[in-house]
Parts: sequence; C-alpha cells; structure tokens
Amino acid sequence: MLAGFKRFTRNRGAAIGLCILLVVLLTAVIGPLIYTDSPWKMVQRPFLPPFTVDGLPLGTDALGRDVMAGLVHGARISLLVGLVSTVVALLIGVPIGAAAGYFGGIVDDALMRFTEFFQTIPSFALAIVLLAIFQPSLFYVILAIAIVSWPPVARLVRGEVLSLRSREYVEAALLSGQGTLQIILRQILPNALPPIIVLASLMVATAILLESSLSFLGLGDPNVMSWGYMIGTARTVIRTAWWLSFIPGIAILLTVLAMNLIGEGLNDALNPRLSRKGR
Amino acid sequence: MTLLEIENLDIALPAGADRPLAVEGVSFTLNKGEVLCIVGESGSGKSMSANALMGLLPEGVEPAGGQIRFHGRDILHLSEDERRDIRGKSISMIFQEPLSALNPLMRVGAQICEVFEAHDLLSPAGRMARAVELLEEVGLPEPEKAIRAYPFQLSGGQRQRVMIAMALALEPEILIADEPTTALDVTTQAQILGLIEDLRRKHDMAVIFITHDFGVVADIADRVIVMQTGQIVEQGPAEDVLLRATHPYTRALIAAIPGMKDKRPDPTAAPAGDAQQSPVILSVSGLNKTFSTGGGLFKPPRVVHAVKDLSFDLHLGETIGIVGESGSGKSTAGRCIIRLIDPDSGTVRLSDVDLTGLGRQSLRMARSKAQMIFQDPFSSLNPRARIGRILTEGPMAHGVPRQQAMARARELLALVGLDPASVDRFPHEFSGGQRQRIGIARALALDPDVIIADEAVSALDVSIQAQVLDLLADLKARLNLSMLFVTHDLRVAAQICDRIMVMRRGEVVEMGPTARVLGQPEHAYTRSLLDAIPGRHHEQAMRRSVATQ
Repeated sequence: MLAGFKRFTRNRGAAIGLCILLVVLLTAVIGPLIYTDSPWKMVQRPFLPPFTVDGLPLGTDALGRDVMAGLVHGARISLLVGLVSTVVALLIGVPIGAAAGYFGGIVDDALMRFTEFFQTIPSFALAIVLLAIFQPSLFYVILAIAIVSWPPVARLVRGEVLSLRSREYVEAALLSGQGTLQIILRQILPNALPPIIVLASLMVATAILLESSLSFLGLGDPNVMSWGYMIGTARTVIRTAWWLSFIPGIAILLTVLAMNLIGEGLNDALNPRLSRKGR
Repeated sequence: MTLLEIENLDIALPAGADRPLAVEGVSFTLNKGEVLCIVGESGSGKSMSANALMGLLPEGVEPAGGQIRFHGRDILHLSEDERRDIRGKSISMIFQEPLSALNPLMRVGAQICEVFEAHDLLSPAGRMARAVELLEEVGLPEPEKAIRAYPFQLSGGQRQRVMIAMALALEPEILIADEPTTALDVTTQAQILGLIEDLRRKHDMAVIFITHDFGVVADIADRVIVMQTGQIVEQGPAEDVLLRATHPYTRALIAAIPGMKDKRPDPTAAPAGDAQQSPVILSVSGLNKTFSTGGGLFKPPRVVHAVKDLSFDLHLGETIGIVGESGSGKSTAGRCIIRLIDPDSGTVRLSDVDLTGLGRQSLRMARSKAQMIFQDPFSSLNPRARIGRILTEGPMAHGVPRQQAMARARELLALVGLDPASVDRFPHEFSGGQRQRIGIARALALDPDVIIADEAVSALDVSIQAQVLDLLADLKARLNLSMLFVTHDLRVAAQICDRIMVMRRGEVVEMGPTARVLGQPEHAYTRSLLDAIPGRHHEQAMRRSVATQ
C-alpha cells in the first residue's frame, strides 16, 4: 500500500492533482461553515469587480450575490455530483459487465446489445432528455449522469472478466466447488480492480463537467448553487463582467484537471509495467 | 580465432532487487565456428549476459564493469548508432517465443526485408529475392508462398525458422540463441537444433546458445558455461562438463535431468502390475470433443477433433501419463474428464458417479473427488488471496467449518514441505516451485480420489522439477493417489507414470506400461518422439562411463 502510494507520488502531475483535489475537498467541507449565509442572498451592489470591496474578495454577480460564497457552495455540489454519480454508474456497470464477461454466450450478447443501445445515443443529449422527463432536482441530475456514464464501465469490466475467467486459479475455484457468485466476487473482481479504479477517477471528472454543462443550460437543480449555473447566468454579461464566467470556469478546469492527473497517476501506480519510461 | 572476449563483466540490477549484481565477474571467450552453451536455471543471469552483448539490457539494468571485446574492440559502451551497425550485421539474436518476436501485422517476407532496409542494403526486389532464398535455406516449405504468410498462419517451429532466417539475413559472425526451442515440441526442437547446427557449419558462425536443458547441451555444445546466481561456476569442453563435472551445482543440475533411466526402485510403491489388480476408480469410455473455429458466411468452419474416442480405466493407486505434443488433445482430454470443458459424447465414471450426466449443482459436489494441478504456478493462484484462503475455500464450499479447514490447510502445507505459518502470506512471496507445492496442497485439500496434473512441472527449472516430482511420487505412495499425468515431456512421464498413453491429433496411438512403451515402442510416432528427445547420446555415454568406472 505504502509502496503504491510512493509510486503514485513519484508522478509529479499526480501529486499536483492530489493537492488541488485536497484544496477543493477542504473548500467543500469547511467552506460552507465559514460562508454560512445562503449563496443566493443578495449582499451588495451588483457587478462589483473582485478585490474592490472588503469582505467580498471575488465581487458580486448580476444580482448582487457574493461570488466567493457561490464558488464555495458550488464546490460541494460539484464533488457530490461527481462522486455519487460515479458510484451509481459503477453499481450499474460492474454487475452488467461481470455477468456478460463471466457467462458469455447469449447473456453476453443480450447485455452488450443493451449496453450498446446506450452508447449509440450521445451521452449529453441523453442526459438532457432524461432531465427533461424527470424534475430537475439534484437526485435526478445525479441519476441522469450515472445512466449516461455506465456503459464504458460495463465494457471495461467485461473485457477484464473475460481474460481473468480463463485463469487457472478460477478453474481451480470452479473445481473446488465454489459457487458462481463467490467466484466472481472473490476470485475475479478483486483482480479486475486496478483498471476500474483508474476509470472511476476519470469518470468523476467527466461527471463534474456534465453537471456543469447541464446547469449551464439551466437544467440543473434550481435550488442549488453550482459552478455551471454561475457560468450560465453570467454568459449574458460576458463582455462587461467577464470575471463572473471566468472564476467558476477556472474552478471547473482545475478540479477536472486534478481528477485527470490523479487518474493518470493511479494508472501508472497500479499498472507499473505499463507506465511510460522516464517518469 | 577469438571473435569475442568478455572480461570481468558486471551487470548491476536496480536497487531493491534480490541481489546487487545480475551478472558478476563473468569472463569467457568465443571462437569462430564454435557452439557455446550457457546453462543455468531461471534467474542465473544467463540471458542478461547475452542481452549485454547486444545492448538490450532492460530499463534500470546497467553494465557496472568489465569489457566485451568484439574483434578486439570494446562494444559494451557504444552509442546507439554504433550498436545498430553491429546488431544484425555482426551479431544477431533469436528469441524464445517466436510468436511475440515477430510482428503479427506484417507479412513474413516484409519482416525479413526490413533487416536489409535497416542497413540500407540491396534494392527492394533484391531484398525480396534474398528473403525467399533465406526461407528456403531454413527449410520452410514453399518459400514463395510462405513469404506472403502472416506469423499467425505458421506453426511454432515455422515461426522459429523465420526468426532464424531474419537472424541469418546479414550473415552475422555470431548468432545468439536465447532458449530458442523451449517453447517448441520435442520433434520440432530436434529439427530446429539440427537446422542451427547445419547453418553453423555452412556459414562458419559462432553460436551462443542459452538454455536450461542439459539434454540440448549434450546434443549441440562444443563448450559449456554453467551459471548460478550471476556467476560462472564451471566452464569447459562439453564432454568434460557433462561427464566429469567438478562443481556440485553442475552435478546437481545434471542429476536432476529426468532421464529415460529405469524408474527408481521404490519398495513402498506397488508394482505396475499390482495397481492394475486394484479396483477401477476412473473409467472413461468413448470420450469425444470437437472444436470448430472460424467459419463465416461463405466458408465452412474448420473442425478439429481434439479428443476422439478416448477410452481407458484408471485403477486405484495408479498413475497414467498422457503424453503428446502441443495440439495432440492431451490437455483437452484432461479437462473433459473433469468437465472444465464439456465433452460432446462419451461417459466418465468416477467411482460410481457418471460425471458427464450431472447437472450443475450435483457436478459441483461430485467434482471435489477429482482435482487438478495446473501448469503455470504464476496464474494458478489468485494473486490477491492469502495462502490460507486459497487452501480453505474449497473445503468451506463443501461445508467444512472454517477452523477445521484452517487446521487442515496447515497440515497440508507441512505435507507438501512448506512452513505451516505460510497461511498468512500471499502467493507472490513464494518461488515457482513453492507455488506449485501450494497448488498440490490445494488439490489435496478436498481429499480427491483422482488428481489430474496438467503439465504440472513443465514450467519449473530442472532441479525444482525433480523436487516436485519426488513430492508427487511420495504423496502418491503415502496417500495411495490415483493420478492422470498430462505432459509433453517423455522423460518426466518415465519417472512418475505406471502406464503411458501417447496421443496424436486427438487419438491414442499407443498405450501400455511405461517400460514397454518407452523400451519397445510399437507405434512409429512414439519412436519418433523418443528419438527427438535431446541428450539421448549423452545418456548412453553417461551409462558407458558409469559402467567402465
């Protein structure tokens, strides 16, 4: 475990990514304790540029709301959506992929055609349609993101299971009388874990982006302040008050970058033989 | 004339490896036209020394001292450009696994032409013509056609011939062969060894032949170097090393070769004749399995009879060896019996139960009476499970309480010669031989009536192989086990089996008591297998020298 962490931090990008993510996490956890007021509350004159008024380091938006407060509360939403929707996507994708890979044959065909059905529809369009059907609450935003992002998980898990299934230790487990579920859960999946972890870390980044895009279009939960919503409302005033879109944009960029760097670092740490030279 | 001199070569391993130097103080010379065999077990540094010659050391492994002189010029510290000039042109190399050494997406001809292209020789048409000549020289049938084949369309032996053709393309002075026949069948191995020998004579090349098999050494070597943990422990003319080895390690290696010698007289084991009197424990009759591959809309699928009408009886306490080359269906037969592969037809009766007729649930229970020992000690144990879990999962699935299963696991570890405290360790902490012992313990955990050993010792070094075979023989005598021993190696089969069944293309060509099958083979195929075993002449020489002493 420690050796793995060392390998991970030897990749400088991954270490930087981890630092950024820790800052975002910290903001999400303790930020709302400092900014106890609702981020929707109007506190000052609208369109205050950053660093002009004490107590409002990032200024105010078109309705006089505190941008810093919005950013802090938005961090919580972004991370929540990113993590929870990834977990849900894994909960859908892993069992489907494992079943398809393990049983093969007609089960595999049926499950993979089902997966492809989701893959043939552009994921963003599907998410919009889903949110148009459901009410736009945080729960459904997460669900919609999970529904559009599980197919790659299923395909990856299927591939891994397919190659692990023919390993001799799996045959030995079969011969020793272990049940199918036990073989999948205890012999196969633990060994398929590394690539799933890497994929999951990248999916968190995609989910954050997807949530921001949905909020930008006004399809997010209208009761929660999110980075995408902030950019969305600021887009009409981008020429007069550019910082209103720029600041949450940077927040999204950094968080997504951090997750991608971490994903790559995990990949190098978990698949040491595949890692590129000279790191 | 000395071509190559290696002096005090040290190769450093990266920090954290099991020893600081992969190769330590190695010195030897190579003369024109001579075959030098470097022998050693895995991890002895034999491949490292050869890779250093070619400048092909893996990442992090650096030459730490010494010199390699080729025609008097130091080649250990050349730049990449200077090296490229030597590679292929003066020194070339062939590898163990011809499938991964060839580019799967390139036609064979194009790959040979690339060698000329890399050194800017000949015109494109000239290259192609030369490629055909080369393929003809290495004995590939229909070279004009073969040149258009992709590697996957060739057999293992043919691929190795293509590799040799590529290595010979620029008429190198030295050919390095790194275990070139390890992945091949005995008959193919004998052909490839013959080919290398012919080519050496014709081109007057020097050959460095790296191998772990003393039988191969006996057949082709002029001089032998024996390596152990990075050091040369013995070197000299082949005859001297093989017949009058002085170093104990060399002697141990030579003694560990599973010879075609008569089985050691073992007073505890029942003679083969007696075993046949005991009751039948496993009865196979009319077993068939066909595989069909390929086949599309317009072409009929290719049907392969992997097992054809296999019938035999295994008696209590008896070991039957299923011997054959790759593709003979021997592994499929083993797997069909235990229903890891479902046979097309036929019956397998284990004690009183017909395994072929069982449903999934009852098969799960019945199968505990037949267990398997697998070939690859690295993929046969779940890398993420502790040894304790590996050994107890089976019994626990059959309702044995955890405590009791754990106690049994410790007993089993002691039985196979491992420390019972190993239950808390992970497979990667063990060596290949130890893992194979764990695999054996796992097979024994369910108290099976029949054990099927699928190439159980093929992936092990000779000395480890001998130990594991001893263990199996010992367990067999103590527990009165009945065993099906699937192997490609007649020498191994000779050591442990009471009866031998020779398979070819899914059919049994000959079956009988070990001594009879190996001593007076009836079928031509068995004879050709026996003739192809490397080191036969050496063995006779050995017997003579023992007799005269």
